[in-house]
Amino acid sequence: MKNFGFKISASRQLDMDTIQSDLYEKLIQLEPTAKRCLMCGACAATCTAAEINGFNFRYCHLLMKRGILDNLAKELSKCMLCGKCYMVCPREINTRSIILKMKALMTETTPKHYSL
Amino acid sequence: MNFHPFVLPFLIGFVLFFVITACKFTLWIRHLTVPQKKTIRDNIISRKTFISVWEAIREGLIHRNIYKKNPLLGFMHTSLALGWFLLIIVGKIESSVYFGKTLEAPWETIFFRFFAHGIHSYPGAKFFAFSMDFLLMVILLGVLLALTKRLHSNVFGMKKTTQQAPLDRIALTTLWFVFPLRLLAESSTSALYSGGSFLTASVGKLLTGVVTPEVSLGFWWGYSIAIGFFLSTLPFSRYMHIPTEILYIFLKNWGVTSQETITGFTQIQVNSCSRCGICIDVCQLNTAAKINNVQSVYLIRDYRYQQLKESVADQCLLCGRCVEACPVNLELTLIRKQVREKNAPSHNIPIDCTLQIHKSNAEIIYFAGCMTHLTPSIISAMKKIFSSAKVSYHFLDEQKGICCGKPLIQQGLLSESRKLRDFNTQLIHNTNAKTLVVSCPICYKSFTEEYSLNVEVLHHSEYIERLLHNGRLRIKKSSLKMVYHDPCELSRKNSRKEEPRNVLQQIAKLIPTSVEKNNSICCGGSLASTGLPPEKRKQITNHAIQKLTENKPDFLITSCPLCKKTFHQAKLIEVLDIAEISAMHLHEEITPISRTWEGSKQLAHLFSGKKLPETFQK
Repeated sequence: MKNFGFKISASRQLDMDTIQSDLYEKLIQLEPTAKRCLMCGACAATCTAAEINGFNFRYCHLLMKRGILDNLAKELSKCMLCGKCYMVCPREINTRSIILKMKALMTETTPKHYSL
Repeated sequence: MNFHPFVLPFLIGFVLFFVITACKFTLWIRHLTVPQKKTIRDNIISRKTFISVWEAIREGLIHRNIYKKNPLLGFMHTSLALGWFLLIIVGKIESSVYFGKTLEAPWETIFFRFFAHGIHSYPGAKFFAFSMDFLLMVILLGVLLALTKRLHSNVFGMKKTTQQAPLDRIALTTLWFVFPLRLLAESSTSALYSGGSFLTASVGKLLTGVVTPEVSLGFWWGYSIAIGFFLSTLPFSRYMHIPTEILYIFLKNWGVTSQETITGFTQIQVNSCSRCGICIDVCQLNTAAKINNVQSVYLIRDYRYQQLKESVADQCLLCGRCVEACPVNLELTLIRKQVREKNAPSHNIPIDCTLQIHKSNAEIIYFAGCMTHLTPSIISAMKKIFSSAKVSYHFLDEQKGICCGKPLIQQGLLSESRKLRDFNTQLIHNTNAKTLVVSCPICYKSFTEEYSLNVEVLHHSEYIERLLHNGRLRIKKSSLKMVYHDPCELSRKNSRKEEPRNVLQQIAKLIPTSVEKNNSICCGGSLASTGLPPEKRKQITNHAIQKLTENKPDFLITSCPLCKKTFHQAKLIEVLDIAEISAMHLHEEITPISRTWEGSKQLAHLFSGKKLPETFQK
């Protein structure tokens, strides 16, 4: 086929019956500030890691919210926890806590108590 | 040999105490790392051992450090620890004199009055009786104070006292019973057979006619059971700090240092905590945000009993105030980081960016750091200072930078932090520069403590001081009043407390505050805490500003971009970085300054080099 420099994107439709939304529910219980997010993207705009490895907090949050979990663990590992996103967030969302909680939820190593 | 069945509870407790403590000590020492063990072997026969003995007496018995914090609390500890220690020593000498041998059974020493009742013909009997009574009186006074402290901690000036674990309560209660029972037992013996001195004989007189030999024996049984119970619960309760603290003092003086991960040394430190609760009163989470269950004492307690919850471990701001206050000198923030490391998630930061090799002939390299990029006014102020002092510089992270790795260390992600450290080290070494100026204290601390760089690392406040000292930078003095806020990372260990003050004194009038230098407080923005809710952070920030501005300054000056940003967001007072205030007072600048928001806009305009809009010109 002739390459015209553009193509039809793959479908981005979500099947609400199959997505895993329970993790997001748990996240909101663990860190209620996640609910406040209005996806403005200030966090991504200021991110130090973004220039190094393309980390994007908003993207991770969105993936979690929509239950698209295939790449999420890899995406979350890019964060350097520098805390700039928290400083600029207009909604005072505890971003670093959310990242760590999401990681814990993803790997399902979220014990009630610290192991020794 | 004298023996009576009532000594059995004491004897069982005594044996249990020695066996369990010896087992625990062996286990911890075996868990030390190889270099730590080598340090012990190298230093065990040296002057350091004698220093340790003196320190053990000073801290373990006299509790000098607690006196410094709180004299009444110090007296309570001295009367109990030194009093009991002397009671055992004097009792031992007395029983040795009486029995005429150097080694007698331990129960013969402890229950001496029972076995030697009614006989006062040995040398120094009166003196011994008086000393023992005096010491018992001192200890009883200590017990009385301890009871008062438990019921009304505010008498001791302590706002909060530690909430104890159940086992501690048992040990504590038996400890309280030990000495009153001893008084009753000795007094009843005195009532029946005479003897004793001013205390036991007087109480004995009151009891004459009331006590029978059976009642007296009952008191001795009670005394023995109380000691036995206390000694057998000791290794599992907070009183384990009594033997462990001595071990800790020796290891510390021999030069054993902590690792980044949990070792036997951590276990020794954890068990050396007496849960005195001094760390609760100094903690801002308690004083400003009313969170009083996550302080170091609770971290250590919960860790020791294997009940540590995430919320206890991850809310702390790691400001280090508790480390300054701890009478046992425990490395509390380090222990917290070790615990976090043990429970950290797996993390793998990809670095998809190639190293740019910038050989630079510049005099210095400047590293702003992540947080400084959020406060660009600090960067432009530094640029202004550099150009005024005619310093050639190479801006290392002007386009893109990488985190220094400190926040990752604080969350226990050590291997990832090393990755960033290696990247930055190579970046800095590539420039061939001699001096690195850093604007962020977090990066500064990281570069000086975690990295091993072959360049001189200076915080910008230090560098400005050096420029002023060399006469390369000239500033004017104004009549402004300001206070200086010490950022946590600059005011604790490895501190730079005087350099910023030297600069500020040349600029304006520096007003002292109640929270400066070693007593400095956190702005509330610390990166060390992930679990602290934003509203609690705000409370801490507001409380800090209130403390800092007690003397009504015109400006709040700090030297940390994170502190500046945090204070600035509270919108209570105008906050400037030391670089900004220095840049405003450069000799060629003329800056009208006011305290209002209008004024700050004026400043911003002057600062950016733009001409003022007419509305501001008056």
